[in-house]
Amino acid sequence: MIDAVKIAVLVFVAGVLQASVFSGADLLGGTPDVLLVALLGIALQRGAVAGAAAGFLGGLLLDVATLESLGVTSLLLTLVGYWAGRFGEATGRDRRYAPPAAIIAATVFVALGGYTLHYMLGAGILAERALVTALLPGLGLNLIVAVPVLSLCRVLLRPHERSERAREVQLLG
Amino acid sequence: MPRNRTEKVAVLGSSVRRAAAGKASSRSSSPLRRRLIIAVLVLAALALITVSFREGTSGPLHDAQGAGAQALHPFEIAADRVAQPFQDAWGWFDGLLGARSEAERLREQVEQLRQQVIQNESALQENVRLRALLGYLDGPTFPRDYAGVAAAVIARPPSAFEQQIVVAAGASKGVRLNAPVVTADGLVGQVTRVTDDAAQVTLLTDETSAASALDLRTGAAGIVRHGAGAGDTLVLDRVAKDEVVNVGDEVVTAGWRSGGLASLYPKGIPIGRVTSVGQTDTDLYKQVQIAPYADFGSLDAVLVLVSRTPPPELP
Repeated sequence: MIDAVKIAVLVFVAGVLQASVFSGADLLGGTPDVLLVALLGIALQRGAVAGAAAGFLGGLLLDVATLESLGVTSLLLTLVGYWAGRFGEATGRDRRYAPPAAIIAATVFVALGGYTLHYMLGAGILAERALVTALLPGLGLNLIVAVPVLSLCRVLLRPHERSERAREVQLLG
Repeated sequence: MPRNRTEKVAVLGSSVRRAAAGKASSRSSSPLRRRLIIAVLVLAALALITVSFREGTSGPLHDAQGAGAQALHPFEIAADRVAQPFQDAWGWFDGLLGARSEAERLREQVEQLRQQVIQNESALQENVRLRALLGYLDGPTFPRDYAGVAAAVIARPPSAFEQQIVVAAGASKGVRLNAPVVTADGLVGQVTRVTDDAAQVTLLTDETSAASALDLRTGAAGIVRHGAGAGDTLVLDRVAKDEVVNVGDEVVTAGWRSGGLASLYPKGIPIGRVTSVGQTDTDLYKQVQIAPYADFGSLDAVLVLVSRTPPPELP
């Protein structure tokens, strides 16, 4: 229950910051995606189900805050959260390469998926702008933003640990 | 050690810390349950997309979205205020880097504008006199016939796919659908959705945006829309090859009326300055690029224009 509250607060704060602050930060032609990075942090720590749920809620929050078509960002972030959760479970969330690999894959997926989805929905978007001009700086910025955001996720959502004291001695042959 | 052999701790009293997989992740949740949850979430997202698109611009889902956006306003404003000092500091350092060259450029511009103001003043007086003689009737023009509703930008485009911002003024402040939105620099876009306390503004850099415009010096008319290149560059499209457009010319909204149609933008809103002009044998029109006056990347506050007078009846 406490975990769910922590995840909800993380998603809410990241979503509000993304909508009101980070989306307007035009650095080297791209913008950092704090919500996506926070979602990856949650999914890597807490697995696929939590990742998918956080992605759905985060996407919904962003669509509501920006008055965009509902469901589009939710769909993308749900899939990203689920994949990142499975990636963390299967590959080992503590491996050093897991977070950067997840960020690169997720950023590229969101760019490609977003472009495809908006194209299917009839929005006119320049592929060059969405997939090249904004993607590469965005990728770099996400990797930079990931350092504090993933650390925060690790601290807040650290797996519960318990000590097990051996109660008996068994000689191993 | 064989893989199926049980490993046990051989020393009494040693403490072994193990991660409890149960609560920490969904690894323990059954694959069926996991797949069921993801399927439900994906279906819910698809349902939201479908209903959102089928509803058009109004309906229960849009009402709920408007209420949600309204509830989020205080948090967005608070986040913006917290971030403002950092944004200012970044802007200050960024401005400092190009301050010397910027000052030089502005000094030259002031000299040019000083001469231009004198010419404009005499042209204005002549214009007023001739209008009075002719009994000339004009449509609404900017800024004379419009009142401005100043509004802070509370949400920006979440990704490169959207070119819309949300401003903290809605129907309760008199903001209407399709109202033009400007900054002190020039045209920004138009209102495409309105709730009671907020409005969505589609920027001029959006693929769906276009504004009829004309070259202020030569009178060449065309349509301003987003260019095919990257960034915020705009193009003045549909300019016939026999029209004259020069680099450095100022482009403003045309505010035309034709038949039952009228431009959404009033006449005379500055849009940008021509940066390049070209034409090829195969193209029907000139290729005119414009650097917009408005800085779409750092919009903090805008002015939504509300017409003081109702638009004239079209025949």
